[in-house]
Amino acid sequence: MEKIRDSAGATSAAAPSDPRLASYRSYAGRYDELIADDGRIRGHWRALIRGVSEDDARAARRATEFTRRMIVENGVTYNVYADEQGRDRPWILDPLPYLLTAQEWRTIEAGVAQRARLVNAVLADLYGRQELLSKGALPAEIPFGHPNFLWPCRGVRPREDRWLWIYGVDLARSADGRWWVLADRTQAPSGPGYALENRQIVRRALPELAQSMDVRPLGAFFAALRDELLRGAGEDALAVVLTPGSFNETYFEHAYLARQLGFPLVEGHDLTVRDETVFLKTLSGLKRVHAVFRRLDDDFCDPVELRVDSALGVPGLLAAIRKGTVVVANALGSGVMESAAWLGFLPALAESLIGERLTLPSVATWWCGERPAFESVIEQLPRLVIKPTFPNQQRAPVFGRDLSAGQRSELIARMRARPHAYVAQEHLAFSQAPVWYTKNSDGFSARALGIRVYAIATPEGYRVMPGGLARFAADDHAEIVSMQQGGGSKDIWVLCDSSEASEESTAPIARADAARTDAASTDARTDDARTDPRAGGPHRDLPSTLVENLFWMGRYAERCEDKTRLLRATLGLRRNLPFWAQAVEICKEFGAASVFDPEKRFTLSGDIGRLGECAAQVRSSLSAENWRAITVLQREFRRAEAARSDARETLDRLLLSLVSLAGFALDDMTQDDGWRLMMIGRRLERLQFLGDVLARRLAAADTPLRQELEWLLELGDSAITYRTRYRAPPVWDDTIDLLVYDEHNPRALAFQWRSVNTLLIEVAESLGTRPQDALYEPIEDLIALKEQRPSIDDPPMVQTSRRILAQCLKELNAAAAQVSDQLSSQHFSHVDFDLKAVTA
Amino acid sequence: MRHYAVRHATVYEYGGDVAHSHHLLHLTPREFEHQRCLSHALGLDPQPSALREDRDAFGNRIARLEYDRSHDRLRVTAEMQVEVLPRRGGTLEDGEAWESVRERLSYHAQPMSPADLEACQFRMRSNHVPLKQAAEDYARECLAPGRSVASAAHALTRQIYRDFDYVPGSTTNRTSITEVLASRRGVCQDFAHLMIGCLRSGGLAARYVSGYIHTARDGEPGTLVGGDASHAWVSVYCPPHGWIDFDPTNDRVVGEDHVTLAWGRDFGDVSPLRGMIVGGGRHRLSVDVGVRRLG
Repeated sequence: MEKIRDSAGATSAAAPSDPRLASYRSYAGRYDELIADDGRIRGHWRALIRGVSEDDARAARRATEFTRRMIVENGVTYNVYADEQGRDRPWILDPLPYLLTAQEWRTIEAGVAQRARLVNAVLADLYGRQELLSKGALPAEIPFGHPNFLWPCRGVRPREDRWLWIYGVDLARSADGRWWVLADRTQAPSGPGYALENRQIVRRALPELAQSMDVRPLGAFFAALRDELLRGAGEDALAVVLTPGSFNETYFEHAYLARQLGFPLVEGHDLTVRDETVFLKTLSGLKRVHAVFRRLDDDFCDPVELRVDSALGVPGLLAAIRKGTVVVANALGSGVMESAAWLGFLPALAESLIGERLTLPSVATWWCGERPAFESVIEQLPRLVIKPTFPNQQRAPVFGRDLSAGQRSELIARMRARPHAYVAQEHLAFSQAPVWYTKNSDGFSARALGIRVYAIATPEGYRVMPGGLARFAADDHAEIVSMQQGGGSKDIWVLCDSSEASEESTAPIARADAARTDAASTDARTDDARTDPRAGGPHRDLPSTLVENLFWMGRYAERCEDKTRLLRATLGLRRNLPFWAQAVEICKEFGAASVFDPEKRFTLSGDIGRLGECAAQVRSSLSAENWRAITVLQREFRRAEAARSDARETLDRLLLSLVSLAGFALDDMTQDDGWRLMMIGRRLERLQFLGDVLARRLAAADTPLRQELEWLLELGDSAITYRTRYRAPPVWDDTIDLLVYDEHNPRALAFQWRSVNTLLIEVAESLGTRPQDALYEPIEDLIALKEQRPSIDDPPMVQTSRRILAQCLKELNAAAAQVSDQLSSQHFSHVDFDLKAVTA
Repeated sequence: MRHYAVRHATVYEYGGDVAHSHHLLHLTPREFEHQRCLSHALGLDPQPSALREDRDAFGNRIARLEYDRSHDRLRVTAEMQVEVLPRRGGTLEDGEAWESVRERLSYHAQPMSPADLEACQFRMRSNHVPLKQAAEDYARECLAPGRSVASAAHALTRQIYRDFDYVPGSTTNRTSITEVLASRRGVCQDFAHLMIGCLRSGGLAARYVSGYIHTARDGEPGTLVGGDASHAWVSVYCPPHGWIDFDPTNDRVVGEDHVTLAWGRDFGDVSPLRGMIVGGGRHRLSVDVGVRRLG
């Protein structure tokens, strides 16, 4: 059992006398990041602990709450497949940063850069001459049995022999304070985006401390990555971030990285390979892609040559890579280095491949494929952790000490049958650090913690991000540090020492003058990568899928609003009116038979879901607030649905949210072609909805009651305007004037068609195409009809003139549908998801 | 020595237009110590927008096609003439014991000969050949202690031929070894995968060979007979003799009746024609293979 050393007793100046440290326990056998052996708070933590200690408990809670709220509101989520609670789970972030001194950091930094260089050299050999295998320096079993050793990549020579563009490494500290490597991340290391997002949130939660403690900024790291990916590719070069899609567990990060890098976020079907060159399908046609920053596992990247069952990849990508027309980072095949089995071989390789001693040791690891190693593993099993060699074995690590005698011999038999498939590792007790986020106390508690650090390739060698992602265990005793297991994350603050600050600063303490310094030096002092004019601004090349999703997001947002108004107006009718039944009938026809109906496809509930799906696909082009509004809207509606809340109240709230979405659409988005198509989607939807309801009621033979016209005015959100303008109970003629012809009424059909036409012309001008003109004729007919001014209120021509108007509206609707279809075929047609494998 | 002409025609009739497609072909006969390629030609209809010939990582000759224009059918006709040279005679009983080969191919922190290292490529799991306990159990009797690899592989060839029914259409490209073991039927591809799985479970090196078999009984030159499909068998690393091929579908040690196209870890590495198409709806596939002995 763990011995507990009480740390709250001592009373020197730097001693933890703060009552909030009362709950902080040091566990024997772990390195304590906060408290030194003499019971005093370590020097580099004092300013932080003092800083937060001066706040009272309420302020602390406020900071914590602020962080938590920021997380939810920014939609920082960590998707867990098949999570019953829905797709997204909030990313847990502790506001208290994890601190590293400049001196400690130098050791880590040098070790990580060296290791990245070594791993890259191993990759170059495995996919090249394989001398390490023929010399016996490495076992052939590990690469050849690894699912990410991609044979079709053998012989590919990436530019400058660079396989690793970004490298991640998991580190932890043992009881004696030394750092050890636990695992290498070479495929598409997750987390650098979370690290940057964490930094930005924590800076806002602890603004004074972030200001006064000299913390190394992260922004330059991403700027360097962006420059490196496009280096030498010319002014117009295009790079993309390739994601497996919004169901991936780290999709938020993909969207975030794309935004930070200023690259479009694309899926496999957004790209196409023509004549061994990669292109992005954009709104204005195919655009050559020079670099792909992939977040998709390498074996999924090209279904023609790699996994045939992958619909996520880009057919022909490997041929383009071979031809050298595109850079893919990390190079396809680099996932083979993700295996604990390599760890034990790396020290010797470092000496032979790069002629250096490995400065950052790996945790002691034995690959069981070697007979002598295997025998000694069996002897020491109780103190070891057994892990699979290959990621596709899908076995969780087994702690030898937890096994009964029976389980132990069962495991040994399994290992003996296929020793090469197992790795044994010494168990490392992780260091502990204070965590502030716990729900039940204002104090700090001690949690085991590990860190992930990142390096990127630059012309000067591997450059390490000065910070990273600290991850802590779910409870005091837990030793597994993983986001999937319910732990949390922390920002890592690497502190500058004074000598280093002056030697590093290209822009000496430029915070106050940031605005006036040039872009490059500003970059060095910020945590935001978006200083490049290319980044964050409007993409010049909008992926067709993105635009298509924006278009549909516009349509669904408006459709939700229309249905909400329809249901609300109908619920407001008196049930003894003869019109009640007809209104209900219309509700049914519009798929709004009831407020809550998650089962049926064409319902308000279904449309809210589809709105969320489209929004998730375009998340990289929505502001944080806009995305938040959509998630809140969905969450609240689902909650109301589950609780069967009062329908009218729910609709009122929903309408409010939807109206605010419309506000975001107008005020909160870059008005590029993507935005224009979204607005066209909204306008067309509104035009078709109101036009259709009006046409139906005009075609109905009965003379409308006052309530029916009021109902129509409410659907068109124009009841108040009518009342102020006409000061009388509604009649058909004036209702039609207001809902159809009034160009100044943002709900009127005329407003929609004018707006659609303007937007269509703008899109056509921007793309150099001819604008759609399907609406012109029905609009002219409607206007001509107005000028003849046949009253539809007065007999004797009532029936005929109503029918004519209804007919015109129907034609307008048909034309609107035609515009929608034409847009699809003109701009989205090469968005073909129908990718199939054929084998003979 | 034998002289063959092979014609392998594949036709896709698509249910709708295919807007764009990429294909990878393993349809050119491989040259090696037992086979020479006298001629080969690829007939393509329609003509692709791009065609590139190359070699894959296992040394097989491949062709990559791209179609960037809309098409509703694709016809690929490979025509080749090859000389198949006699393989070594002698008994299968001599040669290295299987346990010794397993040791030879395992890691000992020692330099490896190019031949042994090449064999190592073919002794681990691959997509179509996961290493399963069931396969290991099935092979146990064949892998008797001290037996030569060739003799063990031959015994396995016989055992599979004896235990399994050849039933065309009973399996697909996705049928697993475990399912085949349970149902005791399949086609040449399944038997080859099963046999490879058995041998690899024993730590041996075995590769999948794609090709054709000449099935004429009368041996009359010039007549088109049998062999209406592509064939597959297994090549086993049997030091010191090198690679010896076994055909579990026909209970044979491969001699001069087999024409080799390509080899790899399993079917996935060497499927004669694989591709990705955009659009196309449902498609109909027909394959026609003719093997003619010329001399």
